[in-house]
Amino acid sequence: MTEKGKEDDRSFKRTLLATLPNLRAFAVSLSGRQDRADDLVQDTIMKAWANQASFTPGTNMKAWLFTILRNEFYSQMRKRGREVQDTDGVFSSTLATHPEQYGHMDLADFKSALDQLPEDQREAILLVGAAGFAYEEAADVCGCAVGTIKSRVSRARNRLQELLGISGEGEFGPDSEAASVTVRALGG
Amino acid sequence: MTETSKKPGHPTEAEGSHAGFTGLDPNASISRKLRDYYGALQEEAIPDRFLDLLERLDAAERKAQPTEKT
Repeated sequence: MTEKGKEDDRSFKRTLLATLPNLRAFAVSLSGRQDRADDLVQDTIMKAWANQASFTPGTNMKAWLFTILRNEFYSQMRKRGREVQDTDGVFSSTLATHPEQYGHMDLADFKSALDQLPEDQREAILLVGAAGFAYEEAADVCGCAVGTIKSRVSRARNRLQELLGISGEGEFGPDSEAASVTVRALGG
Repeated sequence: MTETSKKPGHPTEAEGSHAGFTGLDPNASISRKLRDYYGALQEEAIPDRFLDLLERLDAAERKAQPTEKT
Protein backbone atom coordinates (compact mmCIF):
# COMPACT_ATOMS: atom_id res chain seq x y z
CA MET A 1 0.00 0.00 0.00
CA THR A 2 1.27 3.49 -0.83
CA GLU A 3 1.81 6.44 1.52
CA LYS A 4 -1.30 7.97 0.10
CA GLY A 5 -3.23 4.78 0.72
CA LYS A 6 -2.15 4.71 4.36
CA GLU A 7 -3.18 8.29 4.82
CA ASP A 8 -6.59 7.59 3.28
CA ASP A 9 -6.89 4.61 5.59
CA ARG A 10 -6.39 6.69 8.67
CA SER A 11 -8.77 9.35 7.54
CA PHE A 12 -11.30 6.66 6.63
CA LYS A 13 -11.26 5.30 10.15
CA ARG A 14 -11.29 8.77 11.66
CA THR A 15 -14.28 9.87 9.64
CA LEU A 16 -16.08 6.63 10.37
CA LEU A 17 -15.55 7.16 14.09
CA ALA A 18 -16.64 10.77 13.91
CA THR A 19 -19.81 9.82 12.03
CA LEU A 20 -20.81 7.02 14.42
CA PRO A 21 -22.98 9.09 16.82
CA ASN A 22 -25.00 10.51 13.93
CA LEU A 23 -25.16 7.16 12.16
CA ARG A 24 -26.35 5.45 15.30
CA ALA A 25 -28.96 8.12 16.03
CA PHE A 26 -30.25 7.60 12.50
CA ALA A 27 -30.32 3.83 12.97
CA VAL A 28 -32.24 4.11 16.25
CA SER A 29 -34.76 6.58 14.91
CA LEU A 30 -35.21 4.79 11.60
CA SER A 31 -35.66 1.32 13.05
CA GLY A 32 -37.37 2.51 16.22
CA ARG A 33 -35.45 -0.06 18.23
CA GLN A 34 -32.18 0.20 20.03
CA ASP A 35 -31.14 -3.45 19.75
CA ARG A 36 -31.90 -3.61 16.06
CA ALA A 37 -30.24 -0.28 15.51
CA ASP A 38 -27.00 -1.43 17.08
CA ASP A 39 -26.95 -4.54 14.89
CA LEU A 40 -27.56 -2.27 11.95
CA VAL A 41 -24.66 -0.02 12.88
CA GLN A 42 -22.38 -3.00 13.38
CA ASP A 43 -23.28 -4.41 9.95
CA THR A 44 -22.73 -0.98 8.46
CA ILE A 45 -19.26 -0.67 9.98
CA MET A 46 -18.29 -4.08 8.62
CA LYS A 47 -19.73 -3.40 5.18
CA ALA A 48 -18.07 0.00 5.01
CA TRP A 49 -14.76 -1.44 6.08
CA ALA A 50 -14.94 -4.26 3.58
CA ASN A 51 -15.81 -1.82 0.81
CA GLN A 52 -13.32 0.90 1.63
CA ALA A 53 -11.78 0.50 -1.77
CA SER A 54 -15.03 1.48 -3.43
CA PHE A 55 -15.18 4.75 -1.52
CA THR A 56 -13.64 7.68 -3.34
CA PRO A 57 -11.61 9.73 -0.86
CA GLY A 58 -12.66 13.33 -0.83
CA THR A 59 -16.29 12.58 -1.62
CA ASN A 60 -19.06 12.66 0.96
CA MET A 61 -18.27 9.80 3.30
CA LYS A 62 -21.13 10.61 5.66
CA ALA A 63 -23.62 10.20 2.81
CA TRP A 64 -21.85 7.02 1.73
CA LEU A 65 -22.15 5.53 5.23
CA PHE A 66 -25.80 6.52 5.58
CA THR A 67 -26.50 4.91 2.22
CA ILE A 68 -24.97 1.66 3.40
CA LEU A 69 -26.95 1.73 6.64
CA ARG A 70 -30.17 2.54 4.85
CA ASN A 71 -29.71 -0.29 2.33
CA GLU A 72 -28.92 -2.63 5.18
CA PHE A 73 -32.06 -1.52 7.02
CA TYR A 74 -34.33 -2.21 4.07
CA SER A 75 -32.71 -5.49 3.22
CA GLN A 76 -33.10 -6.70 6.82
CA MET A 77 -36.65 -5.43 6.85
CA ARG A 78 -37.46 -7.39 3.71
CA LYS A 79 -36.00 -10.49 5.30
CA ARG A 80 -38.06 -10.02 8.41
CA GLY A 81 -41.24 -9.29 6.53
CA ARG A 82 -44.18 -8.16 8.55
CA GLU A 83 -42.64 -8.51 11.94
CA VAL A 84 -41.14 -5.04 11.56
CA GLN A 85 -44.55 -3.38 11.40
CA ASP A 86 -45.10 -4.06 15.08
CA THR A 87 -43.20 -1.07 16.38
CA ASP A 88 -46.00 0.33 18.52
CA GLY A 89 -46.17 -2.53 20.96
CA VAL A 90 -42.41 -2.73 21.16
CA PHE A 91 -42.22 0.94 21.83
CA SER A 92 -44.69 0.81 24.71
CA SER A 93 -42.80 -1.98 26.38
CA THR A 94 -39.46 -0.28 25.86
CA LEU A 95 -40.88 2.87 27.33
CA ALA A 96 -42.21 1.01 30.32
CA THR A 97 -38.87 -0.54 31.11
CA HIS A 98 -36.59 2.36 30.23
CA PRO A 99 -38.50 5.59 30.66
CA GLU A 100 -35.32 7.42 31.60
CA GLN A 101 -33.82 6.67 28.23
CA TYR A 102 -36.09 9.15 26.53
CA GLY A 103 -35.87 11.89 29.09
CA HIS A 104 -39.15 13.66 29.52
CA MET A 105 -42.41 12.43 28.04
CA ASP A 106 -42.23 15.02 25.32
CA LEU A 107 -39.45 13.12 23.57
CA ALA A 108 -41.22 9.83 24.12
CA ASP A 109 -44.35 11.25 22.51
CA PHE A 110 -42.28 12.48 19.63
CA LYS A 111 -40.63 9.11 19.15
CA SER A 112 -44.01 7.43 19.18
CA ALA A 113 -45.28 9.79 16.48
CA LEU A 114 -42.14 9.34 14.42
CA ASP A 115 -42.53 5.57 14.57
CA GLN A 116 -45.99 5.90 13.09
CA LEU A 117 -44.75 7.55 9.91
CA PRO A 118 -44.26 5.45 6.80
CA GLU A 119 -40.56 4.57 6.42
CA ASP A 120 -40.03 6.74 3.35
CA GLN A 121 -41.33 9.82 5.14
CA ARG A 122 -39.50 9.00 8.34
CA GLU A 123 -36.13 8.63 6.68
CA ALA A 124 -36.65 11.80 4.66
CA ILE A 125 -37.42 14.00 7.65
CA LEU A 126 -34.63 12.40 9.68
CA LEU A 127 -32.00 12.94 7.01
CA VAL A 128 -32.99 16.51 6.24
CA GLY A 129 -34.32 17.73 9.58
CA ALA A 130 -31.93 16.00 11.96
CA ALA A 131 -28.93 14.27 10.42
CA GLY A 132 -27.80 17.41 8.64
CA PHE A 133 -28.17 16.50 4.97
CA ALA A 134 -29.14 18.87 2.21
CA TYR A 135 -32.15 17.81 0.13
CA GLU A 136 -29.82 16.81 -2.71
CA GLU A 137 -27.68 14.65 -0.44
CA ALA A 138 -30.72 13.03 1.10
CA ALA A 139 -31.98 12.25 -2.39
CA ASP A 140 -28.65 10.57 -3.16
CA VAL A 141 -28.81 8.54 0.03
CA CYS A 142 -32.34 7.38 -0.75
CA GLY A 143 -31.75 6.96 -4.46
CA CYS A 144 -34.66 9.16 -5.46
CA ALA A 145 -35.35 12.58 -6.94
CA VAL A 146 -34.88 15.76 -4.91
CA GLY A 147 -38.54 16.64 -5.44
CA THR A 148 -39.54 13.30 -3.97
CA ILE A 149 -37.52 13.99 -0.83
CA LYS A 150 -39.03 17.44 -0.52
CA SER A 151 -42.55 16.14 -0.76
CA ARG A 152 -41.85 13.33 1.70
CA VAL A 153 -40.40 15.78 4.22
CA SER A 154 -43.42 17.99 3.83
CA ARG A 155 -45.84 15.09 4.26
CA ALA A 156 -43.86 13.88 7.27
CA ARG A 157 -44.13 17.32 8.88
CA ASN A 158 -47.85 17.48 8.33
CA ARG A 159 -48.38 13.99 9.66
CA LEU A 160 -46.27 14.70 12.75
CA GLN A 161 -48.28 17.83 13.39
CA GLU A 162 -51.47 15.80 13.25
CA LEU A 163 -50.12 13.05 15.43
CA LEU A 164 -48.78 15.45 18.01
CA GLY A 165 -51.85 17.62 17.88
CA ILE A 166 -49.96 20.70 16.79
CA SER A 167 -52.23 22.47 14.39
CA GLY A 168 -52.05 26.06 15.41
CA GLU A 169 -52.89 28.55 18.12
CA GLY A 170 -55.00 27.43 21.00
CA GLU A 171 -53.62 23.93 21.01
CA PHE A 172 -50.36 24.90 22.55
CA GLY A 173 -51.75 25.50 25.99
CA PRO A 174 -49.23 26.71 28.52
CA ASP A 175 -46.39 26.17 26.06
CA SER A 176 -47.63 28.70 23.57
CA GLU A 177 -45.91 31.63 25.16
CA ALA A 178 -42.53 29.94 25.33
CA ALA A 179 -42.95 28.66 21.80
CA SER A 180 -43.77 32.09 20.47
CA VAL A 181 -40.72 33.53 22.21
CA THR A 182 -38.61 30.91 20.45
CA VAL A 183 -40.21 31.71 17.13
CA ARG A 184 -39.53 35.39 17.61
CA ALA A 185 -35.94 34.66 18.56
CA LEU A 186 -35.45 32.42 15.53
CA GLY A 187 -37.31 34.80 13.28
CA GLY A 188 -34.81 37.50 14.19
CA MET B 1 -64.44 34.67 10.19
CA THR B 2 -64.54 31.29 11.84
CA GLU B 3 -61.99 29.75 14.10
CA THR B 4 -60.76 27.60 11.22
CA SER B 5 -59.65 30.68 9.34
CA LYS B 6 -55.91 31.13 9.72
CA LYS B 7 -55.56 34.75 8.72
CA PRO B 8 -57.87 37.26 10.31
CA GLY B 9 -58.70 40.03 7.89
CA HIS B 10 -57.85 42.88 10.22
CA PRO B 11 -55.58 41.69 12.93
CA THR B 12 -54.86 43.82 15.92
CA GLU B 13 -51.22 43.99 16.82
CA ALA B 14 -51.46 41.09 19.20
CA GLU B 15 -53.49 38.98 16.79
CA GLY B 16 -51.12 39.87 14.02
CA SER B 17 -48.15 38.38 15.75
CA HIS B 18 -50.33 35.46 16.67
CA ALA B 19 -51.29 34.89 13.06
CA GLY B 20 -47.66 34.82 12.02
CA PHE B 21 -47.04 32.46 14.87
CA THR B 22 -49.81 30.19 13.63
CA GLY B 23 -48.34 30.02 10.17
CA LEU B 24 -44.80 29.49 11.35
CA ASP B 25 -44.92 27.57 14.51
CA PRO B 26 -46.28 24.12 13.73
CA ASN B 27 -43.24 23.49 11.55
CA ALA B 28 -40.84 25.21 13.90
CA SER B 29 -42.20 23.18 16.75
CA ILE B 30 -41.84 19.89 14.84
CA SER B 31 -38.31 20.84 13.80
CA ARG B 32 -37.35 21.66 17.34
CA LYS B 33 -38.78 18.44 18.75
CA LEU B 34 -37.05 16.46 16.04
CA ARG B 35 -33.70 18.07 16.79
CA ASP B 36 -34.17 17.57 20.54
CA TYR B 37 -35.03 13.93 20.06
CA TYR B 38 -32.22 13.26 17.61
CA GLY B 39 -29.75 15.29 19.64
CA ALA B 40 -30.46 13.19 22.71
CA LEU B 41 -29.72 10.04 20.70
CA GLN B 42 -26.50 11.48 19.34
CA GLU B 43 -25.30 12.34 22.79
CA GLU B 44 -25.50 8.75 23.95
CA ALA B 45 -22.06 7.21 24.34
CA ILE B 46 -20.94 5.04 21.46
CA PRO B 47 -21.12 1.44 22.70
CA ASP B 48 -17.71 -0.14 23.24
CA ARG B 49 -18.59 -2.95 20.88
CA PHE B 50 -18.24 -0.58 17.93
CA LEU B 51 -14.91 0.79 19.03
CA ASP B 52 -13.68 -2.74 19.67
CA LEU B 53 -14.93 -3.83 16.30
CA LEU B 54 -13.05 -1.03 14.55
CA GLU B 55 -9.88 -1.89 16.44
CA ARG B 56 -10.19 -5.53 15.44
CA LEU B 57 -10.86 -4.69 11.81
CA ASP B 58 -7.88 -2.39 11.81
CA ALA B 59 -5.64 -4.97 13.44
CA ALA B 60 -6.80 -7.73 11.11
CA GLU B 61 -6.07 -5.57 8.13
CA ARG B 62 -2.57 -4.74 9.31
CA LYS B 63 -1.89 -8.40 9.88
CA ALA B 64 -3.25 -9.34 6.48
CA GLN B 65 -0.92 -6.88 4.79
CA PRO B 66 2.62 -7.90 5.59
CA THR B 67 3.96 -4.72 4.03
CA GLU B 68 7.04 -3.08 5.45
CA LYS B 69 6.64 -0.16 7.76
CA THR B 70 5.21 2.30 5.25
